[in-house]
Amino acid sequence: MCGIAGLIHRGKSSNVGSELQGMLQALKHRGEDSTGYALYGDTDGKHFIMRFKVGENVGEGSSSVMEDVSVYDERKKIVDQTLSEMGAKIVKEERTLPYSLRYEVDYETKDLLDFSQRIESIPGVEILSMGKSLEVIKDLGNAKMVCDRYSLDKLVGTHAIGHARMATESGVDIKSAHPFWGYPFSDVSVVHNGQLTNYWNNRRILENKGMRFMSECDSELIAVYIAQKMREGASLQEGMKDSLSGLDGVFTYFVATKNSLGMAKDTMAAKPLVLYESDDLVAMGSEEIAIRSVLPHEIDTYDPFDGEVKVWQI
Amino acid sequence: MANIKTSEKKSKAQSMGMHTEILTGRTQQKFFNPDEAENFYYFGTYDVDFNKRTDLDVMNMSAPEANKEIENLMSQGYGTIVIKNPQGKHSLGVGILNKLNLIFEGSLGYFGMGSCDGPIVRINGRVGWSCAENLMAGKVVIEKNAGSCFGAAIRGGDLICKGSVGARTGIDMKGGTIIIGGDAGAFTGFMMQRGRIIILGDVGINLGDSMYDGTIFVGGEIGSYGSDAVDAELTSSDQDWLRRKLKVAEIGEDFDVSKMKKIVAGKKLWNYDNLEPTEKKGAI
Repeated sequence: MCGIAGLIHRGKSSNVGSELQGMLQALKHRGEDSTGYALYGDTDGKHFIMRFKVGENVGEGSSSVMEDVSVYDERKKIVDQTLSEMGAKIVKEERTLPYSLRYEVDYETKDLLDFSQRIESIPGVEILSMGKSLEVIKDLGNAKMVCDRYSLDKLVGTHAIGHARMATESGVDIKSAHPFWGYPFSDVSVVHNGQLTNYWNNRRILENKGMRFMSECDSELIAVYIAQKMREGASLQEGMKDSLSGLDGVFTYFVATKNSLGMAKDTMAAKPLVLYESDDLVAMGSEEIAIRSVLPHEIDTYDPFDGEVKVWQI
Repeated sequence: MANIKTSEKKSKAQSMGMHTEILTGRTQQKFFNPDEAENFYYFGTYDVDFNKRTDLDVMNMSAPEANKEIENLMSQGYGTIVIKNPQGKHSLGVGILNKLNLIFEGSLGYFGMGSCDGPIVRINGRVGWSCAENLMAGKVVIEKNAGSCFGAAIRGGDLICKGSVGARTGIDMKGGTIIIGGDAGAFTGFMMQRGRIIILGDVGINLGDSMYDGTIFVGGEIGSYGSDAVDAELTSSDQDWLRRKLKVAEIGEDFDVSKMKKIVAGKKLWNYDNLEPTEKKGAI
């Protein structure tokens, strides 16, 4: 079933980590196999923030294979060495969990394709996000468990999107969890609720164009599809509108960039979305109770119509 | 048909078709008696007084707890219940088979007021997906917007949304009336079998797709017609009915109904009644 939620503050920052946790926790009945956050924090914008994993969570319910922690250490060493070879300087390093790391990297480049390909050529290593503001944090369990595990409740920023997942067509693991980074674009992330029926056709076409897929989760296709459209010169909104005909199936998805947040709904409106919009805040989710967690007073909300695409700026 | 005004109670009931058959080896008829109150209410329902009013704050209650408390209040004779702080909770007010005046001060989540028969409900907020699904009788008024599958499979009653509604409004409906003050989404009236839908605003694509029967009235623009949905002539009796319904619904009283479009089933997909009885068994 899955649940998605997102919010964007316009003209100010807020405690988006805590707010999104409340929204996603309200949707936990839609799935708690894994939960993911894409948070756009307040930063000085000088360095890239790279969230990556060197292994999987092999806890209860995981479909991943157990590995020794020493393997993670070895992979981390190779990542550090590769970064050094590329001229990227690690400014700050955090290792929240044995398999999950956060680096602040001083690296001068506009195209992250080569950078990402080299890092991800290391077996077992996946970049979860790369950007000057974006941080994707995803793991097994419900929203509160993931928030507590990564201490996300204090993160201040302008906007965020998240996903509570009930695993269906792919495994219970971090690589299949949402949000997906819009590889290889800095600060682009996607969450999705629905099923795509032309996944393999689109995947083959996009792989032939040099795009990469890390999982077999159909939702990853949306991130890659939009990213490819943007590589070809489309704006975010144009790419999203194109997806309404290019992607087949039922879907509601959110895309976020450094400065914006967008939503798209398929032409049959088969997947739910409730939206609240005011001058200083837009909040949306699969169910109204998600919005109620940040706006407990009486508000006006509505369901976007079929085939609707909307984008808001911070 | 017999003259209903002059006939006796028994024949009056017969002429109105209000009787039931009980098969016990030989056919017996049990006639409807308008004076017997038990004919109007379900067994085990409560005799409530509309003037007996109370508030119920459901802020810290789960949906089952809130619904159980509504039943408890009805058992004490409360006929008017005001629900405070519904907070978008799902499945509030479901399964009420009783006369009751129910007011929600706020919005409901999914499946609000599902499978009800008889209550008069006003929701001073928005409702999520599948509001009033399977409504048998009564009236549900939503002051703001509604989600998708609004009034799915209703059998009777009046369902009124003063704002806009999502996709598949009135899907599979088998009776009753749905009135929308604003716009409606795609697949409105999908597979509807009976009843009427009134939309004062615009409506999305595939209106009345695969509808068996029933009527849809649209005041605004139509995105596209669904399979087997066709235009029909808007008669003067249609217009009289629309004016009356909109007035009762306290919505669009000044609306010019003469310009509304009327959509019905083309019945090209509809051949069930042309089948022989033995063929019907195979068709089900």
